[in-house]
Amino acid sequence: MTAVSDTWALTVRDLLRLLRQPWFIAIVLVQPVIWLLLFGALFERVVDIPGFEGGDYKQYLVPGVLVMTAFFSSGWNGMTTIEDLDRGVTDRFLVTPVGRLPLILGRVGQNLVQVVLQSFVVVAMALAIGVSFDGGVLGVAVLVLIGGLIGTAFAALSNALALVARQEESLIGAVTFLQLPLMFLSTAFMQPALLPGWIATVARYNPVDWAIVAGREAVSAGTDWASVAGRCGLLAAFAAVCLVLATKAFGAYQAQV
Amino acid sequence: MIEAADLRKTYGDVAALAGLTFAVPAGTIFGLLGPNGAGKSTAVKVLTTLARADGGQARVAGFDVTRDAAAVRRSIGVVAQRSGVDVDLTGRENVALQGRLQGLRGRGLRARVDELLHHFGLSDAAGRVARGYSGGMQRRLDIAMGLVHRPQVLFLDEPTTGLDPEVRAAMWTEIARLREAEGLTILLTTHYLEEADQLASNLAIVDRGRVVAEGTPEALKAGLQGDALHVELEPGVALNGNVHAALSHLTGLHEVVLDGRSLRARSADGARAVPAVLAALDAHAIPVASVTVARPSLDDVYLRFAGRSFAAAEATTAPKEEVR
Repeated sequence: MTAVSDTWALTVRDLLRLLRQPWFIAIVLVQPVIWLLLFGALFERVVDIPGFEGGDYKQYLVPGVLVMTAFFSSGWNGMTTIEDLDRGVTDRFLVTPVGRLPLILGRVGQNLVQVVLQSFVVVAMALAIGVSFDGGVLGVAVLVLIGGLIGTAFAALSNALALVARQEESLIGAVTFLQLPLMFLSTAFMQPALLPGWIATVARYNPVDWAIVAGREAVSAGTDWASVAGRCGLLAAFAAVCLVLATKAFGAYQAQV
Repeated sequence: MIEAADLRKTYGDVAALAGLTFAVPAGTIFGLLGPNGAGKSTAVKVLTTLARADGGQARVAGFDVTRDAAAVRRSIGVVAQRSGVDVDLTGRENVALQGRLQGLRGRGLRARVDELLHHFGLSDAAGRVARGYSGGMQRRLDIAMGLVHRPQVLFLDEPTTGLDPEVRAAMWTEIARLREAEGLTILLTTHYLEEADQLASNLAIVDRGRVVAEGTPEALKAGLQGDALHVELEPGVALNGNVHAALSHLTGLHEVVLDGRSLRARSADGARAVPAVLAALDAHAIPVASVTVARPSLDDVYLRFAGRSFAAAEATTAPKEEVR
């Protein structure tokens, strides 16, 4: 019970900090709109490629943009941890009885709120430009949940990196290094059948792609729920591993403090 | 209340702690005095469970810092050398969150937060984001956070470094009050000689990760050559060797030198020697113009035990523990 209450208190703290940066909130909420409009326009004619199924690229793109938004913004979650390290806040928390997991979950909880809000923006924008969600409200809800799972995983991973690297430059380098390859080694922008063979193979092991495939399946007509559930399970397991890593990373930090 | 036994810790090839041993009785202020880089902050990190020692043992409030870290954390308040204030939160939010993490809830928490904010003169600023606080205000907020759960033991790591003299003086008053009014056991680290002198009932002088001398500030200084006694005699009175005769039977007075009208001597306890000296001179009808007693400073003590002056040690020690 203490762990839950501590997690909540820490989530509120991070949300308060976020609320006091209105510009950051604006950017975070506008960004997915830009992704959607930009990539929608840029790759509009991809549908003309022989072998592309479906006639509307925006329809294809939306789940990918939602997952990409969650994935990208969560990757920076560790920046707050580096700030806390620099300001001595982490050290102060570490000598209270609070558990290491709540310290991570609080951060991840704030991120989850952010990801869900961003997802709502994506969905609203998609509806506004004429995308239809054949899977209905349930499908959209599952898509948002998947965004939350991928966000949780990468937010936790970002915190693990932050605790090990302890420097903004290192974290920025690592996150940038990981983000684009993981994003493009997926079916976010191109259907699997049209991907080069090796990318299609790599994508199969890419958690970002698990999220995109499952999300796309959830909002399509005639959802194969077994496949969605399977990938969600994989994502949940991946998120759990990342959370454990982040929790253990406190040990690595404390070993050198 | 705090027992450190043979604590050892190295960073790379720098030995921050090289067998640090000391004990702090309950309800006292214990000073760890030493230059930057002497190992004081490392000692605090080990005793507060933030860092783990490579060797040795330590108990705080009766609990082993490695085996029973959770119990230690519930018993201690920590004010680290670097402020731990979250500058994006208000003063009230900072203290309230700290209280929650220490297990306080609801009305009890709110009352305690109000009490602390009021006590530390932060009530008016409580609703403002701490980024705009002065250094002194942030420091007071740090201490308020450290006290929120009414700990038994308070660690103050260089609490007044970087503060203005007036703020420092106010902080000293507050620290002394905490021990008296709340019965706290306080471990204070400092590299200010006068701070240790003023606050600590016992202190350990730390150099290169070891305690080189320990005792009350008075005892440490008394262990040196003693206080310097300087008596100025009234002019125009014939002395005729009376002075040495007058003082010869006084015990504890040595290095008696008469230079013109200036009488100099050393005594282990100068303040106590003054009345005896005055009485002896009076008995021999030697009138006295003025008396001063100069106590040896902790700087002298440090020089004696560490084999180098405090300022020189500050300048040469690599402050590995202080940098991130």
